[in-house]
Amino acid sequence: MSEKASFMARTGPAALAIAGLLLAWQLYADLSGISATTLPSPTRVAQQAWIQRQALFDNAVPTVRATVLGFGCSLTTAFLLSILMDFSRPLRRALFPVFIVSQTLPLVAIAPLVVLWFGFGLVPKIMLVALVTFFPMLVALVQGYEATEKEIVQLLHSMGASRWRTFWLARLPSALPFFFAGLRISITYAVVGAIFAEYAGAAKGLGIYILNAKNNFRPDLVLAAVGVSATLTLVLFGITVLVQRLAMPWLRFEQEPSR
Amino acid sequence: MSAVRLQLEDVRKSFGQTEVLDGVSLHVQEGEFVSILGPSGAGKSTIFRLLTGAERADGGAIHMNGAPLEGRNRNMAFMPQRDALMPWRSILDNVTLGLEVQGMTRKAARAKVTPLLAEFGLAGFENHYPAQLSGGMRQRAALLRTVVQERNMLLLDEPFGALDALTRTSMQRWLEVMWKRHRWTALLITHDVREAVFLSDRIYVLSARPARVLHEFHVPLPRPRDGSARGLQEASAIEAAVLDTLLIREQAGGPHS
Ligand SMILES: Nc1ncnc2c1ncn2[C@@H]1O[C@H](COP(=O)(O)OP(=O)(O)OP(=O)(O)O)[C@@H](O)[C@H]1O
Ligand SMILES: [Mg+2]
Repeated sequence: MSEKASFMARTGPAALAIAGLLLAWQLYADLSGISATTLPSPTRVAQQAWIQRQALFDNAVPTVRATVLGFGCSLTTAFLLSILMDFSRPLRRALFPVFIVSQTLPLVAIAPLVVLWFGFGLVPKIMLVALVTFFPMLVALVQGYEATEKEIVQLLHSMGASRWRTFWLARLPSALPFFFAGLRISITYAVVGAIFAEYAGAAKGLGIYILNAKNNFRPDLVLAAVGVSATLTLVLFGITVLVQRLAMPWLRFEQEPSR
Repeated sequence: MSAVRLQLEDVRKSFGQTEVLDGVSLHVQEGEFVSILGPSGAGKSTIFRLLTGAERADGGAIHMNGAPLEGRNRNMAFMPQRDALMPWRSILDNVTLGLEVQGMTRKAARAKVTPLLAEFGLAGFENHYPAQLSGGMRQRAALLRTVVQERNMLLLDEPFGALDALTRTSMQRWLEVMWKRHRWTALLITHDVREAVFLSDRIYVLSARPARVLHEFHVPLPRPRDGSARGLQEASAIEAAVLDTLLIREQAGGPHS
């Protein structure tokens, strides 16, 4: 199958499903006589989004910034901690429960508190994005290290490799598929996390834009902002897929027989 | 007679309640090809784990060139039961792994390995990933990775266990030719009687777990063992004797019934 044809085969069904949903929504909004201030049709949302494009863009920029910075922090922390936890079993035993508890904190309660403590600036947003994205990546990495083939570890041992050398040569590369799986889960939380943080208090951003639009009874603009955030998430997701392909070129050959 | 390279004396090992090695004694001489044959789960791989230092013996002694075997650097090249090629490394980088760990630069390691690729049937595949290779090629790559380390001894754990019968036979013939040429000192684990007879100078037959040496067979067949009629007849006589040892013990419920 050619590159282009296989791309169509993979994305075609998704595009059709989305188009079908939008069409049903449009028909319902047009035919049921529901008011545009309750449920605007997709064409109206698109039209308003186009009119408001400058404002949407200006508000998307801080959200993207918070997302990317928060995600970067969380990625770095998860990576460093995963190494420490891989080398020290007591540390793993001590920290894992703490991180699990951190995942049970309801964002609705935490977001306003973090804003209260750290103000309306970038810091609380970065922290909240990091909080929601950190755990899946950490778990994926720690699990990935564990999944290293025993034979490979024994082989390196027989060659006289140190623990540290074994980590770099075998455990880290073995964890890559797990890491990228965790990354894809995390990235879908990231934008939502940033918007939530802004919702709790911000000068600018998609979160605050959504809040204002809702207070002004403009569901069309709320939905326009939601559309922007969904697009951002999709783009970030696409980037992780691309990065994975670049980082793991051998994956292509392993998947071939099963497809 | 040449010197004894590896010697195991009354080696014992248990994992918790499970007694795995119940006093195993065997030796390998310089330039000799020795096989360990035994039922599945007997403890064959465990012997190699003791030799590579992944586990410690509970009792007995292991000597290498007359000195007790200890420390990190055991001077043995080990080929695991599964090929253990790293999926993320090209064939060339897989093959140079041991040299890199020994401290050789990547460039020097590649220069050393490259002339050997053709002999191992890997020429033109050095930049492929393991997933792109056939089972036989993967095993040859794993074997090349093992021998380029130029250690005192090769430890081969069922190198052809995962191959189909045809590929396996051709790999055995190939290995015999290679062994004759290079005169490696090798210890091979297998549960294929024909393979053991075809490749070895001597064969140790182990009992079921807890493993002990049931019998030692000499295989005085001329090399190369290319399957000439006379050689075949003698080989099948030895095969039958080895099989008898394995099967009779099994029927009797093992040595510790
Ligand atoms: N780390 C371990 N902890 C507990 N039991 C173990 C451990 N390693 C091996 N064993 C047990 O020791 C026995 C021998 O294992 P070993 O891998 O040496 O067998 P083997 O002879 O190589 O078998 P096969 O031919 O199937 O490869 C098995 O019963 C196994 O369950
Ligand atoms: Mg085994």
